[in-house]
Amino acid sequence: MRLRIVSIASLVPLAGCKGWQSALDTHGPGATSLEKLFWIFLFILTVVWILTMLGLLVALRARRDAATDPLAVDATRERTMTRTVATLVGLTAVTVLALTGFSYAYQKRLFDRTENVLTIKVTGHQWWWQVDYEDEQPNRTFTTANEIHIPVGEPVRLKLEASDVIHSFWVPSLMGKMDNIPGRQNVIELQADREGVYRGQCAEFCGWQHAHMAMLIVAKPKAEFENWKNQQIASASPPSDDAQKRGEQVFFTSPCVMCHSVRGTSAGGRVGPDLTHVGSRLTLAAGTLQNTRGNLAAWIVDPQRIKPGTNMPLMQINPQDLDLLVSYLEGLK
Amino acid sequence: MSEAYAAPDPKELRDHQIGGPELTARLAKTWGTEKGLLGALSTVDHKIIGRRYIITAFLFLFLAGLAAVAMRLQLARPESRLIGPDLYNQLFTMHGTTMMFLFAVPVMEAFAVYLVPLMVGTRNIAFPRLNAFSYYVYVFGGLMIWVAFMLNIGADVGWFAYVPLSGPEFSPGKRADIWAQMITFTEVSALAVAVEIVVTVLKQRAPGMTLDRIPLFVWSVFITSFLIIFAMPAVMIASTFLILDRLIGTHIFNPAEGGDALLWQHLFWFFGHPEVYIIFLPATGMVSAIITTFSRRRTFGYLALVLSLIATGFLSFGLWVHHMFTTGLPQLGASFFTASSMLIAIPNGIQIFCWIATLWDGRPIFRTPLLFVLGFFFIFVAGGLSGLILASVPLDTQVHDTYFVVAHFHYVLIGGAVFPLLGAVYYWYPKIVGRLLDERIGKWHFWLAFVGFNVGFFPMHITGLMGMPRRIYTYLPEMGWGNLNLLSSVGTLVFFFSFVVFLWNVVSSAKSGAVAGDNPWDAGTLEWATSSPPPPQNFDRIPVVTNREPLWAEREKLPVATGLSVENRELIVSTVTEARADIRETSPEPSIWPLLAAIATGVTFIASIFTPWAVVWGSAIVGVALIAWFWPKGAKEDEA
Repeated sequence: MRLRIVSIASLVPLAGCKGWQSALDTHGPGATSLEKLFWIFLFILTVVWILTMLGLLVALRARRDAATDPLAVDATRERTMTRTVATLVGLTAVTVLALTGFSYAYQKRLFDRTENVLTIKVTGHQWWWQVDYEDEQPNRTFTTANEIHIPVGEPVRLKLEASDVIHSFWVPSLMGKMDNIPGRQNVIELQADREGVYRGQCAEFCGWQHAHMAMLIVAKPKAEFENWKNQQIASASPPSDDAQKRGEQVFFTSPCVMCHSVRGTSAGGRVGPDLTHVGSRLTLAAGTLQNTRGNLAAWIVDPQRIKPGTNMPLMQINPQDLDLLVSYLEGLK
Repeated sequence: MSEAYAAPDPKELRDHQIGGPELTARLAKTWGTEKGLLGALSTVDHKIIGRRYIITAFLFLFLAGLAAVAMRLQLARPESRLIGPDLYNQLFTMHGTTMMFLFAVPVMEAFAVYLVPLMVGTRNIAFPRLNAFSYYVYVFGGLMIWVAFMLNIGADVGWFAYVPLSGPEFSPGKRADIWAQMITFTEVSALAVAVEIVVTVLKQRAPGMTLDRIPLFVWSVFITSFLIIFAMPAVMIASTFLILDRLIGTHIFNPAEGGDALLWQHLFWFFGHPEVYIIFLPATGMVSAIITTFSRRRTFGYLALVLSLIATGFLSFGLWVHHMFTTGLPQLGASFFTASSMLIAIPNGIQIFCWIATLWDGRPIFRTPLLFVLGFFFIFVAGGLSGLILASVPLDTQVHDTYFVVAHFHYVLIGGAVFPLLGAVYYWYPKIVGRLLDERIGKWHFWLAFVGFNVGFFPMHITGLMGMPRRIYTYLPEMGWGNLNLLSSVGTLVFFFSFVVFLWNVVSSAKSGAVAGDNPWDAGTLEWATSSPPPPQNFDRIPVVTNREPLWAEREKLPVATGLSVENRELIVSTVTEARADIRETSPEPSIWPLLAAIATGVTFIASIFTPWAVVWGSAIVGVALIAWFWPKGAKEDEA
């Protein structure tokens, strides 16, 4: 264990709250207004705390001598104290009222709805996110997983559902969280003001792999987004070289097809993430691993080591076949 | 004022006919507990049971603390492989469940069981056999869940056990059933104690203890008891529904069959929020008692403090939705709960200001109990204020279910309940044990706890804002949470160590502490009017109360009421508001049947995890035990 005292000290002040998944490092109007509200609250509350502590400190001086009967009170002092306490209680009420007012104003702004926006259904599963892009034209809808691409500067509507237990969709740098609840649908809107990759993570305890249930939001300019969308709508590209062709054979003769879909082929499993364009994704296993050849192979060989309890089973596969399978999956761009 | 309140029966020896050591000895024989194992298990003395309750609750505190240490070791580094997800989920479930259900609520009730009869000046708690029963039921519930954990069938769905995760489909096996049944055990015992406290306070107060002379600690546990009576049934219903879903195939929480997953959350938090005040209100009573004694001044704003307790009690039932702001409830409805949650700052503010005013006009004596109360101010006020952030619907969407919340409620519960509780242990230990705790070790204990706590828990506010969710067993190194988590782990370990120091103090002072005498702090309330530890009868003659702080008002000699039997367990039943002595009433004798009834109840509860038929045959054996327990023996007063 490395004790990095210097960096610990530098992280303690709130100024150090930057980060990939920080509610104080915001890049969208929702999260930015929440950050502003947070600083308003924090300022007022800190002032209240400091004043209370100062009051307590002043109170600790002895103001009666040891001989005084503890039951004796001075009527004038008692009146002053009553007035002071009553005033302080009044001030508390005013503060609380002000905070409630701020809160309500920001709440209305946060949950305003825009019409005719890109709508994406995000379904929580143990322990990954299914992402369905909706479109008025049914042939332009498609399914992907754990990675949500959005156009920069536009509000996007997310319909949140769950297939098994309760999950909670949370990308702190863009927007507050909202639960995915079985049997219900919740809706939030979020927007990214800048190009970038934003990380989010399930926030409601959902079982063994709650810790490894992340997703990425990839915000890119409108044109790039449309390109990506068209590419995602397309079926899987057929294997291009010999290794990929033999890898496809491995895929179709192994248990993979029982759970996973590859559009344009006969693989139509609905239990696990859609793999049609898995090769183009940034991460594997719901934001747990970088999408590299080595990680992909490690994940296929022993998913239970990386995510103990995951629904992906341990699979007997020989090294040659594994190599071919990885080539095939990598080719699914 | 030593007049007899009832015409004495000439054949029976009464407490005005003898006096001095003879009276003490005879009463001690009448009210005492038999020697031997059977005697120990049959006892109905509230002090013996209260002491057992306190020790058991602290044992559970240590167990839950060990679970916390294990979690902090795992979280100290990113991607640590010390503890896997299975064990981690059990650990945080055991930690939360034990702290809330087996430590915090029982320990507050335990102090009430020990202190209330002494503070209101009576000889025993109302329904003393029920009291014994409640202790045994509590022990069995706690044993069940911890034995299950040791056998690796520990509950792993969180102390809140949200459905559908805790339902039959996603938690096969017996883990969630054990959790749900533990709730039933502890709720039965909590409800029993609540009823005893309500009756003791309303009907057994010493003559002259009018409503406005009731000590604030007694007021606080009295209000808390009503909270328990109204809040606990909600969670009992919830856990029963869960068991029904899991055991006999109902679909109360199954959305696929027309059930509702959110119903659980409403029922759970309708209990869960008042629960926080069930823990906190008795602590405010402890704070009031300690501040009054160590300020050398009567409490400022007694009426305001009592009314604040009542207001907090009422308001606590109107806040539960603030645990559900991210479930997508209608926005206007949710914002109502923002307002009500913020409103509770007002009665809490009144309490804080009245205490500070008492200190201000007093002469603070900085002994360990007061130090812990000052620590309470520092930590609890911070925690209460960060609660206002959680009360705001929009802000809650960012901090809900993150380490910010973990920091907040540890500030509230450790600052608001554990620090006053530790102060209370230092304050009342001499009464219970007869010796004072060591002051030097006490100061070490305080500073280690205070520094360890803040170093451990303050950084969690920041890790939460940096996006760290609760209940994750590990995190990636690139998240940047590693250093803050390491700091939290170091701090919480220091905090845990402070409890080892505390344990050392408690154990060593029991043998070698300074002898306390009746009233080592020169306090004003009745529990200090008797010897330390008190005799089985509590008081040789029942005191008559003329002031809120009777021992400060009557420094020479406390007036007493006489006429109670020396040979039978008699106590005074008084009127509700003015506490005029009303009738003499006999208090139940020791009995082994509460233990046997608790065993029957425990067998029924545990067996019903495995077969619903246990409820049927279990009712029969519980019925037999209860018949034996209540078998009429013909008390003397009835024959007359």
